[in-house]
Amino acid sequence: MAAFILSRILQAIPVMLVVALFSFAMFAYVGDPVAIMLGQDFTEAQRVQLVHDLGLDQPFFVQFATFVGHALQGDFGLSYRLSRPVAELIAERAPATLELAFCAALVALLVGVPMGVYTGLYRNSWLSRAFLTFSLIGVSLPTFLIGILLILVFSVWLGWLPSFGRGDVVQLGWWSTGLLTLSGLKALILPSITLGMFQLTLIMRLVRAEMLEVLRTDYIKFARARGLSNRAINFGHALKNTLVPVITIAGLQLGGIIAFAIVTETVFQWPGMGLLFIQSVGAADIPVMAAYLLLIALVFVTINLVVDLLYYLVDPRLRIGRGAAGGH
Amino acid sequence: MPAAAPITGPVLSVRDLRVQFPTRRGVLTALDGVSFDIAPGEVLGVVGESGAGKSMTGAAIIGLLEPPGRIAGGEIRLQGERIDTLPQDRLRRIRGRQIGAIFQDPLTTLNPLYTVGRQLIETMQAHLGLSDREARQRAIGWLEMVGIPAAAQRVDSYPHEFSGGMRQRVVISLALCAEPILVVADEPTTALDVSIQAQIIALLKRLAREKGTAMMLVTHDMGVIAETADRVAVMYAGRVAEIGPVRAVVKAPKHPYSAGLMASIPPLDRKVAHLSGIEGAMPRLSAIPPGCAFNPRCPHVFDRCRHERPELIETGSTRAACWLYDPASEKQAPELLRHG
Amino acid sequence: MAVAAALSRALDSDLWWSFRRSPVTILSAVVALVCILGAALSPWLAPHDPFDLATLNLGDAFKPPSWSAEGDLLYPLGTDDQGRDMLSAIMYGARISLLVGVSAVVFSILVGVGIGLLAGYLGGVTDGVLMRIADIQLTFPSILIALLVDGVVRAALPRELHDRIALFVVIFAIGISAWPQFARTVRGSTLVERNKEYVLAARVIGISQLRIMLTHVLPNVVGPVLVIATLGLSSAIITEATLSFLGVGVPPTQPSLGTLIRIGNDFLFSGEWWITIFPGAALIAMVLSVNLLGDWLRDALNPRLR
Repeated sequence: MAAFILSRILQAIPVMLVVALFSFAMFAYVGDPVAIMLGQDFTEAQRVQLVHDLGLDQPFFVQFATFVGHALQGDFGLSYRLSRPVAELIAERAPATLELAFCAALVALLVGVPMGVYTGLYRNSWLSRAFLTFSLIGVSLPTFLIGILLILVFSVWLGWLPSFGRGDVVQLGWWSTGLLTLSGLKALILPSITLGMFQLTLIMRLVRAEMLEVLRTDYIKFARARGLSNRAINFGHALKNTLVPVITIAGLQLGGIIAFAIVTETVFQWPGMGLLFIQSVGAADIPVMAAYLLLIALVFVTINLVVDLLYYLVDPRLRIGRGAAGGH
Repeated sequence: MPAAAPITGPVLSVRDLRVQFPTRRGVLTALDGVSFDIAPGEVLGVVGESGAGKSMTGAAIIGLLEPPGRIAGGEIRLQGERIDTLPQDRLRRIRGRQIGAIFQDPLTTLNPLYTVGRQLIETMQAHLGLSDREARQRAIGWLEMVGIPAAAQRVDSYPHEFSGGMRQRVVISLALCAEPILVVADEPTTALDVSIQAQIIALLKRLAREKGTAMMLVTHDMGVIAETADRVAVMYAGRVAEIGPVRAVVKAPKHPYSAGLMASIPPLDRKVAHLSGIEGAMPRLSAIPPGCAFNPRCPHVFDRCRHERPELIETGSTRAACWLYDPASEKQAPELLRHG
Repeated sequence: MAVAAALSRALDSDLWWSFRRSPVTILSAVVALVCILGAALSPWLAPHDPFDLATLNLGDAFKPPSWSAEGDLLYPLGTDDQGRDMLSAIMYGARISLLVGVSAVVFSILVGVGIGLLAGYLGGVTDGVLMRIADIQLTFPSILIALLVDGVVRAALPRELHDRIALFVVIFAIGISAWPQFARTVRGSTLVERNKEYVLAARVIGISQLRIMLTHVLPNVVGPVLVIATLGLSSAIITEATLSFLGVGVPPTQPSLGTLIRIGNDFLFSGEWWITIFPGAALIAMVLSVNLLGDWLRDALNPRLR
């Protein structure tokens, strides 16, 4: 188990390094940080001093190592746009994004998986057809349009739910949560549905496809031949086998939720990291972009690791090392 | 030892079974007028080339035809009771309990995510209403009975921890654990190494005899049939060409197709791709010729074969679907076929 | 004569058969055709020129659709805050959306097919590195990649230069975000072909292997590439609309459907819903019909699926 985790972590390191290299290249070569930081009036001596202070006169790999070293300590420099430490900006906004992403993932899984199982089992029922049509529309609707339509119906016409912001938040140490107040929860509903919709339809289609695949296998046929009840076959044998591939892809898709939060946060003016990022792209605020990219990569790598672990727990074939007894 | 069912007639009786597949280009008839009986404790071998309908006959009997295949005619009786018309729920309680099934590939037949013990226990509990403790004890007992060493430990192993031959032993224990009166074994040794095939066949034979279980053994391997079966049915293009005691059919086949089949018995370790004794190939389901399905390939064909479809005709100790044995035909079987 | 033969062969094919059998596919083909023609021919078909400031009349601003009480038949889908005819604006906007979408897909086909051929043909380290990059990129959603590329280019270029070529930047950003899928498909097919005997034979008799592979690999990948391209078109259109909605896409002087939706979004609360909803509906119609065509094409070209 420990060896398994270790090997996965070792595999993740090159990916992080490639992303870090990209971030660094952005950081170092895109735009001119010296010019941006100096402003209009400066002397040549000041410029040279700043270049030296920033370490820009060092060889490439020394600079890169310094960048990685700083990044590991959570130091990403100052935002060009806001002149505040990037780490501080991100820490401030992370709770909003993470809570939103968590609720969206919950929506996607709790609705998507049952819908997928149902459409896989009863592929010709009218409800399955309705679900499939719904999923096709869900895939074709851009996230921001879903948000706008939801706002139009539930905020503008019906006036039930707020259309922007987080509502009242409660401060728990440095973490600000909207989960503990009624207005905070109400504010979460529309953004979570908006953000979860695409993943929901995707997970539903995925579970359905896997379910159909598994139901065709010999061991399901054999389970029927053994006279097991439909319930035991569908929800015991079939569903469990469906989960193995579904966990992988669904896990990766959930990572996408964090990225898609950019759009949802813009639509609902949700004060999270995505909104920060999009403002930074608009203002070419490279340090924030670089840090955000690294953070997203870290999230993806972590999710990958968790997915691998889950996979390991579900599938006994992975628990045995190579060389164990096996027919072929 | 539980006694076999009282001998009041055949365990399984199939009459004029007809299976059809509606497809884009019309309805295909995969089985056409298949009839046979299996007596209590008897082993009936079913042979033929791939696509002759052997496996489909087995699937129809256990009520697990792949959609869109469906039974379009005839009847299947288990101990006199019609089972082809039963609702799925009733049929489910017959499957596993009264008819066990063994599939071809042991590597894909077991659910990879459950231990073999759990799969045995759930099967027995579905049919026999055993307590957890009792079911587990019996599961270990069954693993011992099919020859799995250290069964008490292996009961908690996953399928991938067994070799192919061991897995097929597990599959056999799963098929027999609810003590059915009939087992449908579909190519139970085809996917196994030659060295293991004989062991599995011996095991099946022994268990069937001990438990008094009747068996329908589907295979393309005449060697297995000759060794295991009491009677044999030769299938061709979805029909029974000949049926009779193994000894008679092997030694003195009556139907020209069976004769060709016996003449080309391949070595034990090779699958039958083409039969060297017979020219041509079996027709596709969409192009079965009128009259006798075998007529385009038959060395003894005559006019009647091309227009009229022969029923099974009693000849010697076997019955063959061949006009050569109808006294009213203008052509009669040559000496070679009459006496083998 | 040859044309007639080709036509009759096309009408007899399985593709045509499955097309005619599916009413949904026919309907989406019609919708897609209407969208494409309406967009492409907007300068000639649109009732107004939304960019001609002389014809704009602020007195006509915020007119609701023609069927409502205060509607005006002159503006079938109403007008925006500037008094622009929505229908015309949508047609012109769809033209930009389509232009960016198609160009981006063509760009990613060129990059993807090129890299895929290269990786499959050269194999070894090149293959490993290229496919690893593709893998890493595939783990991130394309919208994120497009945003990053757009942001980097924005930061790298002087402002007026960027404004001038903004449309190409968007095409480049979206195109770059979608190449790995094409590369993977082509690489797989190339690997299969590379080990076939005629390629080895070509080497023996001294014909350029690359050339002979091109002539054999390309026909094989036309089907899958077409499917990915069709589905890729709808996602490119969505990505463009999203970028523009976020305000980092096409320049405001060339508004796409996404730009129109962003502008209209500001008026959602004051009740002028049509300024957002109609461009949104046009976007959905376009994307949904292209998606349905792509799904149909995928199923029709892959007989294993039903």
